[in-house]
Formats: sequence, structure tokens, C-alpha cells
Amino acid sequence: MHVCPLRQSMNKKNGVKKFKAVVVGASAGGIKALGTVLSAFSADFPVPILVVQHLHPNSDSYLIHMLASQCALTVKQADEKEAIEAGTVYVAPPNYHLLVEEDFTLSLTVDPRVNFSRPSVDVLFETAVYAYREALIGVVLTGANGDGSQGVKLIRKLGGYIVVQDPATAEAEAMPRAAIAAVRVDRILALEQIGPHLVQLINRGCQITDI
Amino acid sequence: MDDIETQNLELQLLLQAVYLKYGYDFRNYAKASIKRRILHRLTAEKLPNISAMQHLLLYDEGFFGRLLLDLSINVTEMFRDPNFYLAIRQHVIPQLRELPYLKIWHAGCSTGEEVYSMAIVLKEEGLYDRTQIYATDMNEVVLRQAREGIFAISHLKQYTANYQKAGGQESFSNYYSAHYDHVVMDKSLKKRILFSDHNLATDGVFGEMNLIMCRNVLIYFDRDLQNRVFNLFRESLCDNGFLCLGSKESVRLSTHSGVFADVVKEEKIYQKRLHDLSC
Ligand SMILES: C[S@@+](CC[C@H](N)C(=O)[O-])C[C@H]1O[C@@H](n2cnc3c(N)ncnc32)[C@H](O)[C@@H]1O
Repeated sequence: MHVCPLRQSMNKKNGVKKFKAVVVGASAGGIKALGTVLSAFSADFPVPILVVQHLHPNSDSYLIHMLASQCALTVKQADEKEAIEAGTVYVAPPNYHLLVEEDFTLSLTVDPRVNFSRPSVDVLFETAVYAYREALIGVVLTGANGDGSQGVKLIRKLGGYIVVQDPATAEAEAMPRAAIAAVRVDRILALEQIGPHLVQLINRGCQITDI
Repeated sequence: MDDIETQNLELQLLLQAVYLKYGYDFRNYAKASIKRRILHRLTAEKLPNISAMQHLLLYDEGFFGRLLLDLSINVTEMFRDPNFYLAIRQHVIPQLRELPYLKIWHAGCSTGEEVYSMAIVLKEEGLYDRTQIYATDMNEVVLRQAREGIFAISHLKQYTANYQKAGGQESFSNYYSAHYDHVVMDKSLKKRILFSDHNLATDGVFGEMNLIMCRNVLIYFDRDLQNRVFNLFRESLCDNGFLCLGSKESVRLSTHSGVFADVVKEEKIYQKRLHDLSC
């Protein structure tokens, strides 16, 4: 896409970068993996988390209940035009793409599938990074296709932070592998380490020299 | 102003140019989706930036045709959300049955799958012959397809399953004739459907309707445009007329919420109140 890399000038205080949102993409094996990651967060987690999990188009709200039971944060299905709030997990509804607007509200669309998927991880990541820019953390978990790899490219380009599940710990390794092949990622972590790493990143920020 | 802000400015100017030159108004659509599609077109045309696209747009009408197709998302299916049609049969049809003559408006009907689905329901409920159906879209290309009523056979398995879940009473194959790779919807379904061009962003009130169906169109609009369209629907509905939205759409956060009572909340089926609470 035709945007030059951002000068890393905003959100920095004393060489520490503050993150403002986390986007997570998961597919095959993702429900369990998401539960593990989200269980690391306490109720005062100070940023929003936006999730795309590939699901059958007619699935009900099983995923929401499942994640809510494992997580101290509010977990809800994303509503159209909803204002994004800290400490809330927003999950894309089945059969809709989830997009982030630059005024930090959510949009849903029935645009064609991307990477055979609706919701698509790329669509969430690519729109979220225009809103949050370098203050975004993108997380790619287990999955059996390459969705998310375009999204992480744009996150890289605009200076965000990328965490990928170690394919060796993933139920399906194609999705994390595709992300790792697409760009230089910041961390490749075993599933259990991802949640704690995110907590640390959010609470302490990240040294600019780390990036 | 950094590069992303500059690009957003270019995008705003492009939509302004589309409106001023071609009359299509996308200025109040939700931005993220529009931006994604414009950037895809940019890559496909190998253009350096949106300003270069602006030039093409202004001097090449063929290019505008392609852009318009990018900007109008026509994804649809027959009996999408089968439970919605079930709710129509159970909660709306009984009230419509009381009326001597019915007018129904499908706004944003795309290639017509939704219109033929509803026509089938009306037929099975014995209301078809006293109904006039208006089906509109801003996109002439999809309207032509809708008029033909020709659909790819590859979808038929899913449509048949949807039809059955939606309370279908016949064999779905009664409603079309199958050819090599497509099906043609039965002529008798088309008899009372009038397809025509109407843009919800720029055109006005449309008759005195008993039911308006506008599904998966409003999610593409910003709040201001949504409110404009709700006002249009309010003025186009008779008292007790029904408004049916897509499963992720709602009148509740609009300025016209008070005008509409819930009929089936989960399926986003509303009814215009006799006495406008908002006046
Ligand atoms: C995603 S489709 C929905 C089709 C169908 N109602 C359904 O739910 O399956 C959206 C349709 O709305 C049409 N549309 C978008 N903006 C419009 C406008 N301003 N006026 C009329 N139609 C519009 C598009 O051309 C497209 O055919």
C-alpha cells in the first residue's frame, strides 16, 4: 500500500512506546488458544482487544460464552458503530468482517470473503493499524490458512508490534508460519507465554531500542 | 499532516469528485471499508497515489464504472438468515393478511436473491397476487441481473437448505428451471416485481409502503446517512408498516428510534407506531 513508514514520533515518552490496542487473529484450534491468551489478563487491562476467530457462518454465541468464562474482561460480540473501550474484548460476529474506523468505532460489513474467510484477520488488522498506527499490537495464533499475513505487513510498515504463536505449539501451523514468512516479527512465542508478554508490553510499554 | 492524513484527505477529495462529476454520493459511507476498496483499486491499476486516481476518474468514464463496482458491495444470498424469514411468516404475514392490497419495497436489493426469497414466501402464504413489489438499488448492473433472475447453480444446495430452514413448504426446485451451470427463477415469481434505480443517499420518498426491507445496506453508512435513510423509510411507510433490517443493524441508536416498535427484536423486525412518539 502506498503509505510511507511513519516517523516514530507519537506515543513516545522517554524512549518508551505506549500501546493502545491489541488485535488477535485465530483460525483452526483458535478457540482454545484464545482462551489461554485471554486468561492472562486481569480486569483492569487498560486497552481494548479485538478478535477475529474464523467460524462457521451460522455459529451461535458459543465462542463469546466460552471466552467470557475464561477471561476477567468483558467479552462481547462487536456491534456496528460501537465506540471501542479499554478493557473489553470485541469478537467479530460470524459471517461479518470486523473493521476499525479511524475515529475508534467499529464497523461490520458483508464484503466478499478475504482469504476464503469472513470475518478475515487481514481486514481487521489492516483497518486497525490505520486507526492505532504504531500503538497497535498484532497477534497471530494457530490456523490452517494464510489469513493475517497481509495485515502484519501493514502493521510492520506503520511501526506496530507483532507477536506470532510459535508454530511448534500451534494446533495448525499454516497461519503463524505465513505471518512469519511475510515480515520480520517482534516475538515468536509459545502459546502460554503470549498472554504474559502482552501484559508486560501494555503495562511497561516497550523500549524504542527494542524495536 | 503525515502521510496517512494526507491519504485520507485525497480520499475525501476523490469521493467529492465522484459526487460532483457522477452524482453518486459515498461521502457519508463508513470510511474504513471504502478506503480498503479504493486502495485495492489503486494497487490493481498500479497507480502511485489517490491523486493520480483522481485524474483518471475525472477524465475516463470507463474507470468510474470500475470504481463504482468496487464501491458497491453486492454480496447476497437467497433466504439469508433463515430465521428471519421464519419470523416473517410467523409474526408479519398474519397482519399483512388483513390488508386488501400490499406494497413492499426492497431497498438495496442487489442481484435480487432477497426479492425472490420474499416472493416465494408471499406465494406460499397466498398473498403474492395482491402484492406489488418494488425492488431498488443504486447499481444498474446488479439490477439487470436481478431482473433476469438467473443465479449460479453452485449456490443452489445452500439456498435449498436455507429455504427449508426458513419454513419452506414446497420442493424448492418448483421455483426455478435448472440449466447447465445456472438456474432461472420461475416467471410467475417476477410478475409483480418492479426493479428500478433508487439511491438511498440522494433520492426521495418512495410510495406508501406496508413493508420495507433494507438488509445489510445501512451497515455501510455513517450515522448521519443512516438517520437520513430512517427518515426516508419513516415517511415511506404507512401506519403500522413494517421495517426489516439486517441482523447487525438497528433503529435503536438512530434519531428515529421512537417511531418504531419491536415486532421481533432478534430479527430486527420493527413496526411504525400509529402515533409518532417523537413528534
Ligand atoms: C451487501 S448488499 C445487500 C443485499 C441484500 N439486501 C441482502 O441483504 O442480501 C448491499 C446493496 O446495497 C446497495 N447500495 C449501497 N448503497 C446504496 C445506496 N446509497 N442506495 C441504494 N442502494 C445502495 C449496493 O449496491 C448493494 O447491492
